[in-house]
Amino acid sequence: MAILAGSARLKEPTFGRQETMTMAPSTPPGDHSTPAAADAAPDTQDTVHGPASAAAYGQQPRVVAPRPLNSTPPPDTLKQWLRDMMLIREFEIRSMQAYQNKLAGGFLHVYNGQEAVAVGCIGAAKHKDPVVTAYRDHGHALARGMDPKVGMAELFGRIGGCAKGKGGSMHFFDANNQMYGGHGIVGAQTPLGAGLAFATKYEDEVINGGDNTRVSLCFLGDGAINQGAFHEALNLASVLSLPVIFVIENNGYSMGTATARGTAGAGHLEDKAIGYDMCSTTIDGMDVITVWQAMKPLIDWCREHSKPALVDMQCYRFKGHSMSDPRKYRSHDEEHGWESEDPIGRLANHLTETGAMTADDIKAMGKTIRGEIRAAVDWAKASPEPGIEELHHDVYTDTWGPYTGTSLPEFMQRRASDRGNG
Amino acid sequence: MVREIEFRDALREAMSDAMRDDKRVFLCGEEVAQYNGAYKVSRGMLEEFGPRRVIDTPISESGFAGMAIGAAMLGLRPIVEFMSWSFSLVAADPILNNAPKMLYMSGGQLGCPIVFRGNDGAGGQLGSTHSWCVESLYANVPGLKMIIPSNPYDAKGLLSSAIKDDNPVFCLESERMLALKGDVPEEAYDIPIGKAVVRRPGTDCTIVSFGRPVHFAMEAAETLAAEGIDCEVIDGRSIKPLDRETIAASVRKTNYCVVVDQSWSFSSVGSEVAAEVHRLCFDDLDNHVHRVHNDDVPAPYAWNLEQEMLPNTRKICEAVRACTYNA
Repeated sequence: MAILAGSARLKEPTFGRQETMTMAPSTPPGDHSTPAAADAAPDTQDTVHGPASAAAYGQQPRVVAPRPLNSTPPPDTLKQWLRDMMLIREFEIRSMQAYQNKLAGGFLHVYNGQEAVAVGCIGAAKHKDPVVTAYRDHGHALARGMDPKVGMAELFGRIGGCAKGKGGSMHFFDANNQMYGGHGIVGAQTPLGAGLAFATKYEDEVINGGDNTRVSLCFLGDGAINQGAFHEALNLASVLSLPVIFVIENNGYSMGTATARGTAGAGHLEDKAIGYDMCSTTIDGMDVITVWQAMKPLIDWCREHSKPALVDMQCYRFKGHSMSDPRKYRSHDEEHGWESEDPIGRLANHLTETGAMTADDIKAMGKTIRGEIRAAVDWAKASPEPGIEELHHDVYTDTWGPYTGTSLPEFMQRRASDRGNG
Repeated sequence: MVREIEFRDALREAMSDAMRDDKRVFLCGEEVAQYNGAYKVSRGMLEEFGPRRVIDTPISESGFAGMAIGAAMLGLRPIVEFMSWSFSLVAADPILNNAPKMLYMSGGQLGCPIVFRGNDGAGGQLGSTHSWCVESLYANVPGLKMIIPSNPYDAKGLLSSAIKDDNPVFCLESERMLALKGDVPEEAYDIPIGKAVVRRPGTDCTIVSFGRPVHFAMEAAETLAAEGIDCEVIDGRSIKPLDRETIAASVRKTNYCVVVDQSWSFSSVGSEVAAEVHRLCFDDLDNHVHRVHNDDVPAPYAWNLEQEMLPNTRKICEAVRACTYNA
């Protein structure tokens, strides 16, 4: 079931991991039109009984992930992705500056290096597919369409922020863009991701009486896979047949701990799915085209069969875990090795090599983006701090004691009108 | 039409009424469907609503609580049954860190209309791990509401309100009261969250309690009446919001107050009520507020020790006598 989407290039550098990183498929990839166990799995729980005897315990056939596509999206899509990735990079460069200038407080975890993951996965999904992630969340929000102005204002703790300055860097929410956070506790978003999938499936099938139409994308770091919540979420997603894809953004380190130091089976994380009868795949997360080629059929399969999947998305964060991290646990050579795989450079090269863009086109794009983010910083600076009355607003939906209600209904109306698009 | 039914039936009626009314409402938890509920609260619901809306979960509180919260973020209205609130401790992160904070952290973009319900307090010789009273732990968290019905009528009306509420509501029931019978109207009705009720009018001392110990307070009031102390018993019904006004109005009349709270005393619902009564009724009090709690020990197994630990009738009588000695 191990599918290598992309080349075997990922063998080096290795984060100092165990040498089990060979990416050759251990079994031949399956045919996604006939996923092995998908049709055998029960639709409802009431058809399931315990085994008749000890001898009745047997090997279940494995659910196999669909093959990656060979096709490449049209140049306009690629240009959009290049723009999205450059926008995220520039946003992060300016957020780091803002943090150093004390315009942003708290913790700041930047996404540099991992842009292809959010952009490729979200590019392969539909806009109505919910997205949830952990605290390294700026990239996902921007890829989902969040205006960089409101993202920057959130970092600055201003009223113009996506959460009116109440969430901060780790809690980016954008309900209109189906972006459900931004969650600060490692692994806590994984059951939420299962719940988003539960809800979309329930809405489609129970309330509207149709077929499942949505897939939830639940991103997590490699550090989250040792949390109980992750395993509980995978188990629930499998037994309840929830259309959710858990994307492990495997950047090699949970904070400063190399994955292999804290995680058994670190060289083959996708195998965590085996125990949950879930299909899984490993993807080169440093190349946005490869990400899309593998994620597109996987998302389609999960949508069609209303089933979960697990992805080991191999990537690297170019910066530290957070702004206070001096990265002493890894070598410069390792960093330089991965920096040569920069997903922005790789896509830019592809576009120039195929003649879709010239170096000047890309330079001009960069200039436009720098202007856009500079404007976002200026807009965020000009946005006022939240009024003190906001302190007791949005705690409860109703008004009692010191609490002054919420702006939720306004958002809910907007969301209702947005539903079903995309 | 009013008929006499058990506490558990009243809870089920509230859930079933809500599920007939609103397709967004569903029930999930351990053994709620095929087994008909570990305590038969959800008996028959699978048959009526089917397995898509009455959902058996694995023993995975953190997982299914978090999953239900995710579903609520998207607009569904889950009811999550914890077989016991004691088991909710392994779901502390989702129920305390996600549900009550979602609205705030998202700046009002996403609500979390969800009900968590289950047995709270000593069930009868279950030992300390299964005898949690979570009210004082959880009531500390902003963003959630907490109800604690003491009889079938309140159970139906409060739970009905909880399911309609747009905020996370924790409903604390008691294994020891599930078979308690009481008059309950057949038709649906709501009891507002945050409103206490005077169970027994009196003139000499206010006893404030919540949930099962309300019954002990009522027994104590009868004993004390025979001694010439006429107690007014207030059933708080909700812990959050706390109905300070009803409590304060009573204390202004009686000038004495005893709080009976089945959780442990340190940083507790009881200490909160006492602090509020002191703040609101400082000039009306003829003695400081007295408190009756679980003894500050892990719940013991032995029957006699467990009974001694609980805020029982004898301890309430002693507290009222001590409080009103100068009357």
